[in-house]
Amino acid sequence: MSQVITDKHGIQHYMITINVNGDDYTRVVKANTLLVNVLRDELDLTGTKKGCELGDCGSCTILLENKPVDSCMILAIEADGKKITTIEGIAESSELDKVQEAFINNGAIQCGYCTPGMIISAKALLTRNPHPNEKEVREAIAGNLCRCTGFVNIVKAVLKVSEETNDKEVISNE
Amino acid sequence: MSKDYAVIGKNVPKIDGREKATGAAKYAGDLKFPNMLFGKILTSPHAHAKILSIDTSEAEKLPGVKAVITHKDVPALKYGISPARWDENIFCIDKVRFVGDKVAAVACIDEETCYKALKLIKVEYEVLPAVLDALHAMDEGAPQVHDEYPRNINTEIHQNFGDLDKAMAEAHYIRKDYFVGQRTYQSPIEPHSAVSIWKDNKLTIYSSTQSPHYFQYYIAREFGLKMGDVRIIKPFVGGGFGGKLEPTGLEFAGSVLSKLTGRPVRTFYDRHEMFAHNRGRHKVYMELTTGVDKEGKILGVHANFVSDGGAYTSLGVATSYYAGGLLTLTYEFENYKFDMIRVYTNLPACGAQRGHGAPQPKYAFESHLDNIAKDLGIDPLEIRLRNARQPNTVTINDFGINSCELTACLEKAADISGWREKKGNLPKGRGIGIATGSFVSGAGYPIYRNDLPQSAAMIKVHEDGTAATLYTGAVDIGQGSDTALCQMAAEAMGYRYENMKIIAADTETTPHDFGAYSSRQTLMSGSACKQAGEEIKKQILDIASTIMSLPPDDLDCRLGIIFSKSRPTAKTITFEEAARRFFVLRGPLLGRGVYHVPRLGGTFKGAAVATSPAYSFCAQISEVQIDEETGEVDVCEVWDVHDCGQVINPMQLHGQVHGALYMGVGEAIWEEVLFDDQGKILNPNLGGYMLPTALDMPIVHSELVESYEPAGPWGVKEVGEGATNPTMGCFNNAIYDAMGVRIDSLPLTYEKVWRAMKEKREGKKEV
Ligand code: FES
Ligand code: FES
Repeated sequence: MSQVITDKHGIQHYMITINVNGDDYTRVVKANTLLVNVLRDELDLTGTKKGCELGDCGSCTILLENKPVDSCMILAIEADGKKITTIEGIAESSELDKVQEAFINNGAIQCGYCTPGMIISAKALLTRNPHPNEKEVREAIAGNLCRCTGFVNIVKAVLKVSEETNDKEVISNE
Repeated sequence: MSKDYAVIGKNVPKIDGREKATGAAKYAGDLKFPNMLFGKILTSPHAHAKILSIDTSEAEKLPGVKAVITHKDVPALKYGISPARWDENIFCIDKVRFVGDKVAAVACIDEETCYKALKLIKVEYEVLPAVLDALHAMDEGAPQVHDEYPRNINTEIHQNFGDLDKAMAEAHYIRKDYFVGQRTYQSPIEPHSAVSIWKDNKLTIYSSTQSPHYFQYYIAREFGLKMGDVRIIKPFVGGGFGGKLEPTGLEFAGSVLSKLTGRPVRTFYDRHEMFAHNRGRHKVYMELTTGVDKEGKILGVHANFVSDGGAYTSLGVATSYYAGGLLTLTYEFENYKFDMIRVYTNLPACGAQRGHGAPQPKYAFESHLDNIAKDLGIDPLEIRLRNARQPNTVTINDFGINSCELTACLEKAADISGWREKKGNLPKGRGIGIATGSFVSGAGYPIYRNDLPQSAAMIKVHEDGTAATLYTGAVDIGQGSDTALCQMAAEAMGYRYENMKIIAADTETTPHDFGAYSSRQTLMSGSACKQAGEEIKKQILDIASTIMSLPPDDLDCRLGIIFSKSRPTAKTITFEEAARRFFVLRGPLLGRGVYHVPRLGGTFKGAAVATSPAYSFCAQISEVQIDEETGEVDVCEVWDVHDCGQVINPMQLHGQVHGALYMGVGEAIWEEVLFDDQGKILNPNLGGYMLPTALDMPIVHSELVESYEPAGPWGVKEVGEGATNPTMGCFNNAIYDAMGVRIDSLPLTYEKVWRAMKEKREGKKEV
């Protein structure tokens, strides 16, 4: 359990340690602090966006223990001790991840506000299912709203990654 | 592109693709400044109420609160974006006019304190009866939203072209139909945000804006500042669709809070507040009467509309003119009467949403035209072909049409969708529908009267020629103008896209441009960028001629290589080499461009609205499957064929069609802002306001026809909004084809379809 510190007004603060994009960060948060705000305000990882703070739009999608979740629906204290990947950590090196590249090359990005969350959801899908069909792609990003693209080129980009992934690669990645 | 261009006509990677894909792109709400405060606006809980008193003392005492402001602390000058009707105050003075009207604001050390402080402001109201129904707003004795506008009439239009009475008297057949639209909201995924910094009598604002220019003009006016002392900077913008065209309380309140505290203030709307601020699509009540001859040729049309404008004008005057003005574009007819009244109600203000004013009237007209076709036994495609606008014509309301390939669009849409095989041969429950659209390629006149050019641009070549920066006030809100304009600049310069950089838009560093609205930038900003590029090329060839000892007229430059046109084997030099020499000998290598619209339109009242140097056209066909048990509408496939002139970037262009169509899909079937009987929004969130998800989006085919627009640089014209216009009518016609029921109000919900089928079965309603 996280360490509790009570301030002079009697408000409790919690010391948490989260592993974000491979590094441990220790921060003191309140009971009602949202994970999305810790990432954006405390760690300056503003690639994770906020579009609604109600779990409706998916702009704040991150990987929590490798699963895509809306970080506006998670309290910072719930993430204590957990592993988080944000858009800033999706690529393993300074090269782009294949999903990022496919988004750029297939016109899947317009205003870009939904893009980080969309890429995270797509990445999670392709990790668990490297060769999804179109319906599976649409299902995987159904929680990510995009007002610009009509999803047409987003779906195309994700399918393109699947097409270009050969199965040897998949096996060696696992 | 028919010609052999080096940079335009190609799918170059989006210039900001990498920043956006990696999360590095900063939007207004991502910006942080040392010592920054957070600001929040207190809004009215009542649709219509007198403000009796405001007590801010408790809020001021809360630790962490740095300023609390009300109407007493801000200029009382009314503002707005339609100059004919400035009717908004930064904070309400005597009364509030809708649930969400601005009353006070706070600046605090963090967001949480803001929310706490707002709760501590005590406002005493005397609740007044409210006008919530546009159709009764003009009634004798109805509550008055603004004292200055009797009977709540905000805009009244009566236009009469040709001789409608004569046309109707000669008509073989006349039909009248009545349709009702709905309120929709742009719903960009990025909420509005602004950071205001007022220091030493200078005001700098970073804002999610579609037009730094209009923000600068209206904000300077409100505070009595010189325009030169107001700087508007556009960071990345997460979509606008019309909703971010005018300054909001965020900039006005944020500026005052910053002035009082001496600190940067970030103000923001949450999703609920975005819906309340609104400026989305007007709900229009539309009566259409059309007379046709035996062949279905349209002789005359009377459009008689009422629209619900909400509590303020926003861009609603223009919206009202657009609603009827644009109806003359796709079909040729010589007699037209347009009556329109936009009324005030105690609901959030409506403004310009993608397709400005056109989509609902288009839904009505396309449904109406299908009714006429059915009555006369004419195929819906055929009736459209018979009436389709032709190139080099002038509409009855004085819009000059240059290029127009609407007939080709209709033919191609019919071909690729299999219209002729499918029409009449689909199984019950399945239907196919058709509709057309058209839109301006930039408004012919600015929003407030002025003689500034529409667009200006500047290019600075780096001293060693290895990069060139385009400076433009054009605004990329996602549509990709930064990319397209860099392509155009590079093409004109004879340079490479990969070496282009862009600064856009910042009123202090970039030259003037009116911004992103009315699908204007590829044509207008593009013209200015092309000219700036050509000026660079002229200078670079001039210096190259001294290096190469060849006459400048014999030289050309392509992809950064300068060569002799007459002697293809002669030695070439690089752009870099020439540019470097230019800098050493003559100083900075700069190119400038400017674009003015020629004088357009007629002389009647309102003639300026919807004028444009060029108009796009498109045809859409859709196929739907209706569930007879539930009324569920499944749009299976949509074919859009656009006449958008020449193409700068095909991938981006089709992306615009997809997005415009997507908005049409949502508005057609699901989207509607709903209110309770007190004027409170029932669905001010993305869970209740149903944007289509990836699972709801039909299969889309976006195709083009060959077309060249003489008024546009390299023959370009509009694409960003036109595809929203036909969609709702197109689906309605497909539903009719499937089930023989006509839905006369938007959205075309499953429930309405189910009810209509039930009534039809029970023989209650004849279409
Ligand atoms: S911000 Fe988290 S789902 Fe919208
Ligand atoms: S690209 Fe703008 S919301 Fe998706």
